[in-house]
Amino acid sequence: MTVDAPASKQTYLRVRPRMHKDCSRQTRLDVLFRAFTATCAGVIALIMAGIFASLLWNSLLSIRTFGISFLWSASWNPVTKEFGALSAIFGTAVSTAIAMLLAVPLGLVIALFLVELAHPWLSRVVGGAIELLAAVPSIIYGMWGLFVFAPFITEHVQPPLQQALGWLPLFRGPPMGIGMLTAGIILALMILPFITAVTRDVLAMVPVLTKESAYGIGATRWEVTSKVSLRYGLRGIIGACFLGLGRAVGETIAVTFVIGNDHSIRSSLYMPGNTIASTLANEFAETFEPVHLSALIHLALVLFMTTTLFQMIAHLWLKRLHKVVEGRT
Amino acid sequence: MKKLYALLLAAAIPVALGVCPAPVLGQARRPVTISGAGASFPYPLYAMWADRYEKLTGNRLNYQSIGSGGGVAQIKARTVDFGATDAPLSAQELAEGGLIQFPLIVGGIVPVVNVDGVEPGRLVLNEELLVDIFLGRITNWSDPRIATLNPDVSLPSLAITVVRRADGSGSTWLLTNYLSLVSEEWKTKVGAGSSVAWPVGVGGRGNEGVAAYVQRIAGAIGYVEYAYAVQNEISHANLVNKAGKTVSPGIPAFQAAAANADWAGTPGYAVVLVDQPGDASWPITGASFILVHKSQTNAARARAMLEFFDWCLKHGADTAVELDYVPLPANVVALIENTWSTQLSVDGISVWRKAATDNK
Repeated sequence: MTVDAPASKQTYLRVRPRMHKDCSRQTRLDVLFRAFTATCAGVIALIMAGIFASLLWNSLLSIRTFGISFLWSASWNPVTKEFGALSAIFGTAVSTAIAMLLAVPLGLVIALFLVELAHPWLSRVVGGAIELLAAVPSIIYGMWGLFVFAPFITEHVQPPLQQALGWLPLFRGPPMGIGMLTAGIILALMILPFITAVTRDVLAMVPVLTKESAYGIGATRWEVTSKVSLRYGLRGIIGACFLGLGRAVGETIAVTFVIGNDHSIRSSLYMPGNTIASTLANEFAETFEPVHLSALIHLALVLFMTTTLFQMIAHLWLKRLHKVVEGRT
Repeated sequence: MKKLYALLLAAAIPVALGVCPAPVLGQARRPVTISGAGASFPYPLYAMWADRYEKLTGNRLNYQSIGSGGGVAQIKARTVDFGATDAPLSAQELAEGGLIQFPLIVGGIVPVVNVDGVEPGRLVLNEELLVDIFLGRITNWSDPRIATLNPDVSLPSLAITVVRRADGSGSTWLLTNYLSLVSEEWKTKVGAGSSVAWPVGVGGRGNEGVAAYVQRIAGAIGYVEYAYAVQNEISHANLVNKAGKTVSPGIPAFQAAAANADWAGTPGYAVVLVDQPGDASWPITGASFILVHKSQTNAARARAMLEFFDWCLKHGADTAVELDYVPLPANVVALIENTWSTQLSVDGISVWRKAATDNK
């Protein structure tokens, strides 16, 4: 100890200034790194604000010409230059509703099967297949929808559906396989992998101990699933649904292929319609009339604001839900 | 490290000075790349022309088929050397933009149908039937009015589905111009334009979208460019023209319509070739136009561009016919070249007269 002392003192003296230097350099780097990451994060906010501002700026002409009634006017006439968003909003809402109605229960059931019932080996294979489905580009869904799925719908889905439920105005009209119904089903197929994959992960995170305890007090498999697993994962499942909803609302090219692209509001799901995104995809490139162009950007603004609103509502609602659940436990 | 910089510097200097060992070509003029943008209908032909022309002269054409509307916008913004549009601009619009306009090729729109048992070219339609079908008033193929015009075709009882373009297009512009010309009701109810508010039907994106829908939906009727219908073997219908004669679509029928038009008397050659007189004229014919600025900034560039168009007009006919497009009649070509020499200039000096003498 005593022998070592001078040496360690020397080392200390020699090391100290370097450590000091290193420290201050580290602090400087920290500050720099912090500033760098903050800038990167700030860019996101800036891009959002920039998109909003440019959409607003470019749709000013349309806003001034049509006012707020743009939102509920159903006319879309490039010849007389009268534009309204109602048919596109209607189409977006209906196609998304069909998609959610089909995809949410189905996704939930598949996820439950994969987590609770299936053999781990089967679960892995099917899970992998679902993740692959999520990676398929939407143009593939569109082309497959038009060339394979639409003829199938025409021959095997629409006629029997019409026979059974033809008294409803929803299923009237010639079965041509192209229209709101097909678009909704294609959308459901597209969002199904997202909903399933996220729900599966959420359900897999339910602690085994909790489940085992439930089984231990004599709960049946159904009771464990519905009262423990589903309730535990509710927040995540709703998050998964909103993820699907966001994709369905904004999906463009696959819908454009099969929806029929008609600016009208019809009661039948067999008839063609349009969505905000499909209208933009169809008309943006070939438009040079200022009012028409501005009306299209106005539509984009509506879509942008709707999705933002959805996100905000989802966020607030989940927060409240969380509080309620926490309060109960 | 210093060595590396020195090496880099040594390599950079000759590049910067332009003394890199490039092969010195025996050509007097360096190859020029001309840029254009616009109509998608003539794109296959322009691409083929450009390819053959490049092999001949070394000059390249960079054409982007972004649609007629985009072509007009791009040439107005001067981002390209020329714009291309299927819907001609009016004399007033040309004057406002300082542009001149001339046609380069002619094409036709044909009605295509998907009705069981109806072979290509067997079905005949006239203007009233077309108007009523597209207005949604005739809704079934077994309608007696279709039957009277087609006594030897057996038509099934099948709902008619109208298929039209969902995107703005020159095809729609031609068809709706024709329908507005022959029907006062169409003119007031729907009107003419590159996109209109259709009373009925489904919309497909592009010629291929319309073709796909027509082939998918039993009982469908749509309209596509002739070249597209031929290449995809879609069943087309014949039409009754202004002279009351039934004509089949094809190069002779489009040429007949183009020959009968008053090219010389229409400013900007903005003739609409629909519903032209003449026994052989196809009723829905139209030209595809080129737009260039009157006052050019670079004489060599302008001349290279006009030389390309000159070659297309004079030597590109075979290529055009090969791809089912229609070359312009010779008298129209002469008129166009006259327009170039009188109206196109750099600092007030005509570009084309010089080039023409250079060539000879």
